[in-house]
Amino acid sequence: MQTDCLIPDEKLSDTDLHMQVDVKKATLAAELAARALTTLKRGEPGILDRIELPEPDARRLMEMGFLPGHTVIPALSAPGGDPRVYQVDGSEIALRGETARHLILR
Amino acid sequence: MAQCHDTVAVLPPPPTSGRAQHVVAIVGPPNSGKSTLFNRLTGLHQKVANFPGVTVEHRMGRTRLEAGRDVYLVDLPGVYSLQPRSEDEKVTHDVLTGQMKDLPRPDAVILILDSTNLGRHLALAAPILSLGLPTLVVLNMADDLDRRGGKVDVQELSRQLGAPVALISASHGTGLHAVTEFLSGSTIGIKPKPPLLALPVIQDVPKTRDWASNIGRRTKYLPPAPPIWTRRLDAIFLHPVMGPIVFLMVVIGVFQTIFAGARPLMDAVQAAIQVSGKWIGGALPDNAFRSLLVDGVWSGVGSVVVFLPQILLLFLFIGILEDSGYLARAALIADRTMAKIGLQGKSFIPLLSAYACAIPAIMATRTIENKRDRIATILIAPFMTCSARLPVYTLVIAAFIPEKPLLGPFFGTRAAALLGLYVLGFLAAVITARLLKSTVLKSARAPFVLEMPPYRLPTLQSIGLRLLDRSRVFLRRAGTVILGVAVILWVLSNLPQHDGKAPEIGHSVVGMIGHAVEPVIRPLGFNWKIGIGLITSLAAREVIIGTLGTIYGIEGTSQSVGLQAALRHDLTPGGAAALLVFFAFAMQCMSTIAVVRRETGGWRWPAIQFAYMTVFAYVFSFLANRLISLWF
Repeated sequence: MQTDCLIPDEKLSDTDLHMQVDVKKATLAAELAARALTTLKRGEPGILDRIELPEPDARRLMEMGFLPGHTVIPALSAPGGDPRVYQVDGSEIALRGETARHLILR
Repeated sequence: MAQCHDTVAVLPPPPTSGRAQHVVAIVGPPNSGKSTLFNRLTGLHQKVANFPGVTVEHRMGRTRLEAGRDVYLVDLPGVYSLQPRSEDEKVTHDVLTGQMKDLPRPDAVILILDSTNLGRHLALAAPILSLGLPTLVVLNMADDLDRRGGKVDVQELSRQLGAPVALISASHGTGLHAVTEFLSGSTIGIKPKPPLLALPVIQDVPKTRDWASNIGRRTKYLPPAPPIWTRRLDAIFLHPVMGPIVFLMVVIGVFQTIFAGARPLMDAVQAAIQVSGKWIGGALPDNAFRSLLVDGVWSGVGSVVVFLPQILLLFLFIGILEDSGYLARAALIADRTMAKIGLQGKSFIPLLSAYACAIPAIMATRTIENKRDRIATILIAPFMTCSARLPVYTLVIAAFIPEKPLLGPFFGTRAAALLGLYVLGFLAAVITARLLKSTVLKSARAPFVLEMPPYRLPTLQSIGLRLLDRSRVFLRRAGTVILGVAVILWVLSNLPQHDGKAPEIGHSVVGMIGHAVEPVIRPLGFNWKIGIGLITSLAAREVIIGTLGTIYGIEGTSQSVGLQAALRHDLTPGGAAALLVFFAFAMQCMSTIAVVRRETGGWRWPAIQFAYMTVFAYVFSFLANRLISLWF
């Protein structure tokens, strides 16, 4: 987090900070071991296992349908391939690659 | 749709005690057709405090029941849950729990869900039902569900949820009797039954979603087949090559239409104002009152009303883009570009609405959860070319740029100049955004999550109501702010009186003020008359037209020659360019300043914004004047 900002970020609790550290570690490990959503080809279904993002962001994605155990299918994208639309839980939701990278498949 | 009728009929008759007027809130996820239902129920009897955002600001409306009683409806922002995280969710949460100032807790709730996406949308039923308010669950898009082969057992759903359920199509107006029946029956004092399937105790997302899935299974919900037309259209609109071409064509089409297409309509309005002005002038005795009415009020307000057709056309386009679902695709295509200036595709929608008016745009930024992205978007929104600038641009362009075809018969020099000014405003916004995002508003990128709604045909009613609302707002402004400025200006330009006669404009109070500011604006190529226009346009940009109309009208010599000729006489090409640039960059709008103060919670940001934009405008007007003067 930036310290020289005029608008302070919402205060992060200790657990949040731990979570962020954990997330960073987990992301590194995940990219080595597991497949991220971004590795799927267009039209190729994958089953979501977990979201390696801080709680508020993960929660928001889950509300949009990106729930563990649900099937996600990559669809069309903006020119250049990013952001991409994903078919999930009856909806079409667009995510940037930088976000989809943290959605880990089973 | 007989079963909907039955499910509603289980409600007891309305109690006669309690408040005279009942308030019912309409809640639902984004893209569930909430606003369409609200429009259906309230029609013309709706109002929005201030300038409306699309659905961000809550709208109040009245629906008259058969018994002659009125029920007040509140249209709340679209939400997926009741966790007060974003501002939209906070507004919804506060209204439903009775914590909203100046608004009583609703007596009942209409929860509207998309029946074609019930699995996910039903998850919102859990927090809404646990509020304990009488609730009608409306399953919208019944026609779509049916056509695409989806099914749901409405009776069973009603039994499972312990709440009446109605299957409707808000856009076609089918099944609405169930809703009006609920409104006449649902009133205070009835404690609703809890759902058969116990609500999840801790409402975390997976648990709530499981609960919704369970309900879906018990009600034999069969999700519909994918929307074929949406897939086909997306194959074009999101095509790697065709997509951006369509995007550009849409943007160019909008500009050409509002500039060239509005012309005949504007000419007609102008003729009507001139004829009626002459008629009024002829019917009244020649005295100071006639002068005030004809020269002050009629020419001042009339010169602004002329631009109503143009503004309505712009809102027509934005309405169609938004209601059809294309706007979400545009946001997707724009995201890469927005990311380069540190913003996101979601800022694109507010910034695009800022082309109509900065006020709804600033209110629409509430959907951006990231606080810094939101403030950055608010700060750059007034740089986008709002419709209030159009009258000024149109006037100056028509006065100084001859019409010649550039790219075929549909894209001429004047349209190009106008497009250029739009680009100029956009560039200023980009530079400012980069500046902000790399310094004071630097932040980690929030995840970009954007739902692609299925394409739908916009309904005439929804677009019509929005246009009507726009005209009301615009005419009210013409009738208050602009009228007020016109009257004050007329009085000041007729003082001090000598021997009961009005002074020469240059010697009036207005003239003195103009002469006082002239040294400051002289480097920009403006004389004291333009100076007066700049001062009055601090109230609202388009006021300058009425002001110049009054000033030149009072001079008497140029009345027939028209404002264009008067401007050509008074401004060099350099000065004209400087005037355009000044209007492109300066923050001349009291209403915008007020709304920024409200949305950022203090005077700090609007003060910084006003100072920054004024200095920016002054510096670049000066440069424009110098540069153009080298050529001509």
